[in-house]
Amino acid sequence: MKKIAIAAGALLATTCVHAIAQEMPAPSREGGYGLGRAALPEEIAAWDIDIRPDGQGLPVGSGDVWTGEELYVTLCSSCHGDFGEAVGRWPMLSGGFGTLDAEDPVKTVGSYWPYISTVWDYVHRAMPYGAAQTLTDDEVYAITAYLLYLNNVVDDDFELSNETFAEVALTNEGGFFMDDRDDVEIPEFSQEPCMSDCAENIEITMRAAVLDVTPETEEETVEQAAVTEEDAPEAPAGPDPALVAAGETVFRACAACHQIGEGARNRVGPHLNGIHGNSVAVVEGFRYSPALREAGESGMVWDDETLAAYLADPRGFIRGNRMAFQGLRSDEDIVAVIAYMQSAGAE
Amino acid sequence: MSEDREFSSSRRRFLGGAAVATGALATGKLVHAQAASPDPLITELQPWQQYLGDGVDARPYGMPSQYEAHVVRRNVEWLTADTVSSVNFTPLHEMEGIITPNGLAFERHHSGIAEIDPGLHRLMINGLVDTPLVFTMEDLMRFPRENRTYFLECAANTGMEWRGAQLNGCQFTHGMIHNVVYTGVPLRLLLEEAGVKTSAAWVLPEGADASAMTRSIPLDKALDDCLVATHMNGERLRPEQGYPIRLVVPGWEGNMWVKWLRRIEVGDQPWHHREETSKYTDLLEDGNARRFTWVMDAKSVITNPSPQAPVTHGPGPTVITGVAWSGRGTIPRVDVSLDGGMNWHVARMSGPSLDKSMHRFYYEFDWDGAPLLLQSRAHDSTGYVQPTKEMLRQLRGENSIYHNNGIQTWAIDETGRAENVEVG
Repeated sequence: MKKIAIAAGALLATTCVHAIAQEMPAPSREGGYGLGRAALPEEIAAWDIDIRPDGQGLPVGSGDVWTGEELYVTLCSSCHGDFGEAVGRWPMLSGGFGTLDAEDPVKTVGSYWPYISTVWDYVHRAMPYGAAQTLTDDEVYAITAYLLYLNNVVDDDFELSNETFAEVALTNEGGFFMDDRDDVEIPEFSQEPCMSDCAENIEITMRAAVLDVTPETEEETVEQAAVTEEDAPEAPAGPDPALVAAGETVFRACAACHQIGEGARNRVGPHLNGIHGNSVAVVEGFRYSPALREAGESGMVWDDETLAAYLADPRGFIRGNRMAFQGLRSDEDIVAVIAYMQSAGAE
Repeated sequence: MSEDREFSSSRRRFLGGAAVATGALATGKLVHAQAASPDPLITELQPWQQYLGDGVDARPYGMPSQYEAHVVRRNVEWLTADTVSSVNFTPLHEMEGIITPNGLAFERHHSGIAEIDPGLHRLMINGLVDTPLVFTMEDLMRFPRENRTYFLECAANTGMEWRGAQLNGCQFTHGMIHNVVYTGVPLRLLLEEAGVKTSAAWVLPEGADASAMTRSIPLDKALDDCLVATHMNGERLRPEQGYPIRLVVPGWEGNMWVKWLRRIEVGDQPWHHREETSKYTDLLEDGNARRFTWVMDAKSVITNPSPQAPVTHGPGPTVITGVAWSGRGTIPRVDVSLDGGMNWHVARMSGPSLDKSMHRFYYEFDWDGAPLLLQSRAHDSTGYVQPTKEMLRQLRGENSIYHNNGIQTWAIDETGRAENVEVG
C-alpha cells in the first residue's frame, strides 16, 4: 500500500504540473479489482470482426467479380454509382489514378486506399449503409472483388478468397508515411514570433463573402420557424396513431435514403410525400429507374396492396428497379410503415 | 411572443440612440451618454414585475431562456450527402468561459445516433490479454474514476478553409470543437483488469453504432491518460456524444474518441482501418500522405467579434475575446493583432488553465471606428506558436483537409460588420 502511495506521489510530481495539489490518479490494484466476467469464445467470435492488412481476422470464404457486380448494383450503386463514380456527395470508390499530387486529388479505393483488408473490413462492418453487418462473408468477398475489378486491380475472372487475398495489393500502399510533424514542423513553429512591424504591407487577399456558401443567418431561420408553427394545420384524420408510431420506427430503415414530411426532398431515393394513392414514379425531379417509370406508365398506383408487395420484395415485385433495400420481413412492419407513410406524407 | 419581440426591439432602439453619445470626451474626463427622455422600461411597470411566473417543477429539466433560442448547433448542408453521416458545429460566438454546455457540443456521426439502453450495453476487452473480459455498466461504475477537462477537436475543424476563406462565422470555421469535464474510468485500469500481454503494442476501440467505428491507438497512450467516460459536465453523456460510454483520448483528434464504445481489442500491430487510411490521413503536395497524425496542434480563434457576432456598439471601449487550445499542454499566452499581423499585443488569459483543455483570452481596447484585421496567435506550454495559414500551406500544400490550425483573420469594417478574409 505504501509502495502505491509513493508511486502516485512520483507521478503527481512529474505529470500533473498544472493540476491542483490534491489531484491523484485513480489507483491500480495488484491483480485487478475482480470486476467483470470472462468473455465466452462465442461472444468474442460475434464481436471480434476486425481485419488487418496481414489478413488476420479474415474468415474462410470466397466471392467472384460477377457475383460482386450483381450485389454491388443492388446494394451499393444507389449511393456509389454503378461503376463507383458516386452519386452526389457520396464517396467515390473507383478511378482517380494519378491525381494525388494534382490540384483536385480524387481519393478512391484504387487511387488512395493502401490495403484491401480495409475494404473488406469496412464493407463488412458498416455497409450497406443503413443495413450494416447483414452481408454474408462470401458476399463481402464478392463485393470487394468487384471493387478491385472496378479499379483495374484484378481481371473479371478473379475470385477473392481468404487464400487469394495475399496475392493482390493496392497501388498506393507505399504512399503513406508516419506523422513527422515533430521533425518537420515543430522546430519551425517553435520560435519566438515577431511582435511589431512584422510586415511591410498587409492587405486582404481573399474574402469569404465572394463565395457566399455560409448557411443562412439566424434571423431568417427564426422567422421561418415561427411561420411554420403558425401555419401548422390541424392533424388530419388518418390511420391509427399507434400503428403510425410503430411505422415511424420501421421507417428508420428507409430514412437513410428517403425523406418524408414537411420539407422532405429527394435524396438517394425520392421524397415520399403524397406517395400513397398516387401513380408510381411521379415525384418531381427524381430520376427513376426505367423499370419504375414503366410501372408508372402502365398505370400502377401505390396503394396498400402494391406498397405491401413492393416493401416485402422490392426486387421481385418490380424487376430491375434500383432501390437498394432487401425488403421488410414482417407483415406487421409493412402495415405499420405504410400507415406511417400515409400519415407523415399526407399532402 | 410577438409582444416580447416588440420589447426587445424597442430596447435595441433605445440603446442605439444612447450609443451615439457614448465615448464623448471633454477635458480628459469621460462623459456618459444622456437620455432625452426617461426609459419606459424603468418608469413603467413591466409584466414580469407584476405577475407570477412558473413554479418549481414546471421545468424539471431546465432549458435556456426563450430569448436564447438562436444559440444552437448548426449544420452546413452542402458539406455532406446526408445528415446521418455528417457534422454540425458548436456556436462558439455565443459562448463564454471554457466549458461547452452539453446541448451545444458539436455532433459528428457516421451512421446516426445510436440509442442504447445502458442496461443492454456491454464493453468487451479481447485480443492479447490474459483474460478476455465483459463489463456491464454496473461493473464499470465500481472502478475508481477520475474527473478531467479536455477539448475534443475534429481533425477536420477548419478543413474547409485550406484553400482560402470560405465560411463566414467562427461556428462554421472553428466549431468542430467542444470542451467538457469528463468523469470516467482510466482505460489503464480496464486493461490491467484483463492483463495485457507483453507482445501488445496497440489497442482498437470499436463503437456499437451502425458504423462500428474503429481506430488504432498505441498502447502507451491507452495506458497513459485515456478514459472510458460515463459523464460529461456532471451528467450522463448525451446520446449524441456516445451514451452510455465513450473513449476520451486527450489532445488527440476527435475521430479517435470512439462513441458508444463496445469493445477494446489489444493487438501487436495497427489495423489500418478506413478511418485511419481513406480518412484522417493528410495528403501532402507531392501526393504522399501522413498517417497517424493524432496530436492536435495549438490553435486559437477570436469568437467575438466574428462574422456572426459583429460589433454593434460603434467606437469606444471594445472587448475582443476568443479561445485557444493545444493537444500538447496548456496555453500560457495568446497574442492578438488588430492590423492583420503587423503588430501584436499580449492578450489577458482568464479562467482555469488545464492540460489539453480550452483556454479563454480577452483583449480590451478603445476602437476608433477604423477598419480592423483581427487575428489571434496561441503559444502552448511546449513553446509551439500557432503558424499562419501561409506557413502551413508552404509545408503541406493545399490538399490536406485535416489539421488546419492556421491563424484566422476577421476583417471588421467601419460599421462593425465582420468578414472571414485572408491577408498577405
